[in-house]
Amino acid sequence: MNAALANAEQEIPGTFIFDGALAMRGYALNKMCYSFNEARNRAAFLADEDAYCELYGLDARQRDAIRRRDVLALLEAGGNIYYLAKFAGIFGLDVQDIGAQQTGVTVEAFRAKLAAAGG
Amino acid sequence: MARILGGIYTSHIPAIGAAIAKGRQGEPYWKPFFDGYPPVREWLDAVRPDAAVIVYNDHGLNFFLDKMPTFAIGAAPEYRNADEGWGLPTLGPYAGCPELSWHLAESLVADEFDMTTCQEMLVDHAFTVPMSLLWPEPERRPPVVPISVNTVQHPLPTPARCFALGRAVGRGIASWPEDIGVVVIATGGLSHQLDGRRAGFINREFDLLCLDRIATEPEALTRYTIRDLVRLAGSQGVELIMWLVARGALGGHVSKVHSHYHVPVSNTAAGVLVLDNEAA
Repeated sequence: MNAALANAEQEIPGTFIFDGALAMRGYALNKMCYSFNEARNRAAFLADEDAYCELYGLDARQRDAIRRRDVLALLEAGGNIYYLAKFAGIFGLDVQDIGAQQTGVTVEAFRAKLAAAGG
Repeated sequence: MARILGGIYTSHIPAIGAAIAKGRQGEPYWKPFFDGYPPVREWLDAVRPDAAVIVYNDHGLNFFLDKMPTFAIGAAPEYRNADEGWGLPTLGPYAGCPELSWHLAESLVADEFDMTTCQEMLVDHAFTVPMSLLWPEPERRPPVVPISVNTVQHPLPTPARCFALGRAVGRGIASWPEDIGVVVIATGGLSHQLDGRRAGFINREFDLLCLDRIATEPEALTRYTIRDLVRLAGSQGVELIMWLVARGALGGHVSKVHSHYHVPVSNTAAGVLVLDNEAA
């Protein structure tokens, strides 16, 4: 089941290649996150998360990752970062917040690393 | 016959849109980035394009995984922006030029680039942010033909294919019978990675090489594979393929008007480049 992911992570460490295998695995999760383009859907999710996940047919692994707001687990469950960004947006999290979470550092440390990359 | 005036290549990071909305252009974090744009607007004031072809990638506003066109072309009288879910103000609408769109669709498909045509197409930050940077005053914006390239779901079109598409776009514009000037715009890049344990990856050396090669030797960049670009520029640094489309539309010899590079803007290395197609 993890063949595509394993290949990609072997190829380029720490990097997902969102290909057909991941796109199939994450379809329901991504479809739910795509719905968060609309304010009324974000409100419906916040009103009853479990019911909203049920409506889109997320599997147990995806629902658990949603519950924990765990970006790496969501990616491994087939989430695509562009749709997941809409999920993160519900909580006011931006790409530095989720970058820090994924790399296990504080947001300040993540920002400092980006600034240092300017050379 | 329409003339291609030149190409503009620019990053499209959503945070830029937020900074513009909040009037933060002069703040210390933002000024070094926004300082890259007055020369772009000066060039636009000088060449005054009648139309713009804008090559961008949708990030899950218009297209979902149910139907994901590799290459799509807008053919609408007007393009609307909408809520992307994380708080950018909704901008636009933006005037289209559907006659030129259909001419390009005819020309591209005859040229064996089988485009998906869209009579309705919501445009996301990858379209709106560059429009705000290039033409802050909405009334000065020329009508547009948007071309969307899939960068969401692999397989993505190869750099070589994107460059070839650009060549075909150039032939299509050149065969438009009206005597108008067209600017070709690419949005995206430069190096960045949002997802995975390598999030925050930036490759200054590769970005500077790309900024140079796009102008002088774009064919060299077409030898990379998509996997190469992911490795060298990050998962989202593959947006360089939009630059290859827009570079392909220009001639072999162009003159560099302006280039600017700044790290970081949000998680991204920001680049902007202006190439004049007629001054060479």
